[in-house]
Amino acid sequence: MGHAKTMETPREVISVRHLWAGYDNEPVLEDINLSVKELDFIGLIGPNGGGKTTLIKVLLGLLPPTRGQAHIMGKSVKDGRRYIGYVPQSVEFDRDFPIRVWDVARMGRLGKRRLLQRYTAEDDEVVAEALRSVDMLDLGYRPIGALSGGQRQRVYVARALVTEPNILLLDEPMASVDPQVSASFYDLLSRLNEHVTILMISHDMSAISSHVKTVGCLNRRLFYHGEKQITPDMLEAAYRCPIDLIAHGIPHRVFPEHSVEEVRT
Amino acid sequence: MIEAVIEALQFTFMRNALMAGVLVSIACGIIGTFVVINRIVFISGGIAHAAYGGIGLGYYLKFNPVLGAIIFSVISALGMGAVQRKTRQRADTIIGVMWAIGMAMGIIFVDLSAGYKVDLMSYLFGSILAVPSSDLLIMLVLDVVIVALVALFYKELLAISFDETFATVENVPVDTIYMVLLCLIALTVVMMMRVVGLIMVIALLTMPAAISGQFVKDMKKMMLLASFLGVIFTATGLWLSYFLNLTSGATIILVSGAAYSLSLAAKLLISHTHSERVCFK
Repeated sequence: MGHAKTMETPREVISVRHLWAGYDNEPVLEDINLSVKELDFIGLIGPNGGGKTTLIKVLLGLLPPTRGQAHIMGKSVKDGRRYIGYVPQSVEFDRDFPIRVWDVARMGRLGKRRLLQRYTAEDDEVVAEALRSVDMLDLGYRPIGALSGGQRQRVYVARALVTEPNILLLDEPMASVDPQVSASFYDLLSRLNEHVTILMISHDMSAISSHVKTVGCLNRRLFYHGEKQITPDMLEAAYRCPIDLIAHGIPHRVFPEHSVEEVRT
Repeated sequence: MIEAVIEALQFTFMRNALMAGVLVSIACGIIGTFVVINRIVFISGGIAHAAYGGIGLGYYLKFNPVLGAIIFSVISALGMGAVQRKTRQRADTIIGVMWAIGMAMGIIFVDLSAGYKVDLMSYLFGSILAVPSSDLLIMLVLDVVIVALVALFYKELLAISFDETFATVENVPVDTIYMVLLCLIALTVVMMMRVVGLIMVIALLTMPAAISGQFVKDMKKMMLLASFLGVIFTATGLWLSYFLNLTSGATIILVSGAAYSLSLAAKLLISHTHSERVCFK
């Protein structure tokens, strides 16, 4: 996992070329091209059903593309996914599941330990370091169900960091979390971005546009040209006709202070 | 009362029954925990009932019905697991069908086999008072197998139970581990058949773990507490059935059921007072 090899041109960590994917011959992603460079912080937004989750599944090797290719660190997704630290959506969660924060974070070591191998003291050090970096070390003994949504999300980030990833892949990280919490969460991501590349997928435009380095829009097709801001062209291209979607999704969400009441789980 | 207990313990069948209760509760607490947290009670019920086909086959071909039950339950576990993993839709329908076909095969095999079938009911409703010492040995071996496999694959079992997608991304052989779990359920079910019978297996498999899960938030502790509760329930049920002259399997289930209801009520009460306190803040 040679990190600091490149000096001038950052190397490509994720490469997606002419990728099509979908279910039962119904394409959800059409001709996706994406090149993620080292230490990028890319936010992709898009409406529900626009293929955000499908793209993540393809990048994690959970769904084979119907056409085209995806490579991670120059390898096929199944080989390359070990360089990815995956942070899932925090919804769909069993509060009664009997597991502590520490044990959740330690799952990030699964890829380093084979079957029948036990976790080692080194693993514990990595876990402690990751939990400390997201300010959750003190709560390591808490059951995961006793955490707030924002805290739980931090634990998932810690678990992803424990895999010692080159890339963090986040799927709707701040769904169902209140705005102050998400602001501090994005600060955390910005800090982490000093060392790892981040690709984040969300429908929350305000958060994305104010924290990431570059943005793109995903609605079956991907509109990403490395811009810093979402341009009206991109929105129009991505969202095409549905005006109500734009009205509902954009003007109120560009400015964080406008999103007053968001329900906390 | 104490004299009566001591007197009862003079009987080998009573000592064997208590021992069987302990051995079964160990497997039950460990595997029941997985059944509860993975929400696979239905598939476990299917495995239990399909095992009856093996009992029938044992009668028909004149070999040990327990062996037949092991074969049938393991095969049905693998089959149901494959159905559940590969066909995401309508898996429950197919599992329900396999459940019924297994039972039906058992009934037909028994019809076809000649001779006196006196202990057939014991497989359906349990007969903890008729556990021979040889069965205790089988139970002990199964316990050792279950504990060893769970200990060896503990981190993977925990991972697929908690977050299967993440486990897949970390290159855990998710499908294999899941199939191992289902086979362990199958073995546990066969063990429990002796105690409460196939029909009530799922109840005893899930209730101790469900109660335990309300009070501890750590999978290992949940298993330990569930096993301990299992021992208490089987022993209590056994003594009650002995003194009141009731069917042992059903008594054990009712004891567990009563405890489960109490724990649910206790939990409701606790969360209720807790939320009131929050309101008054």
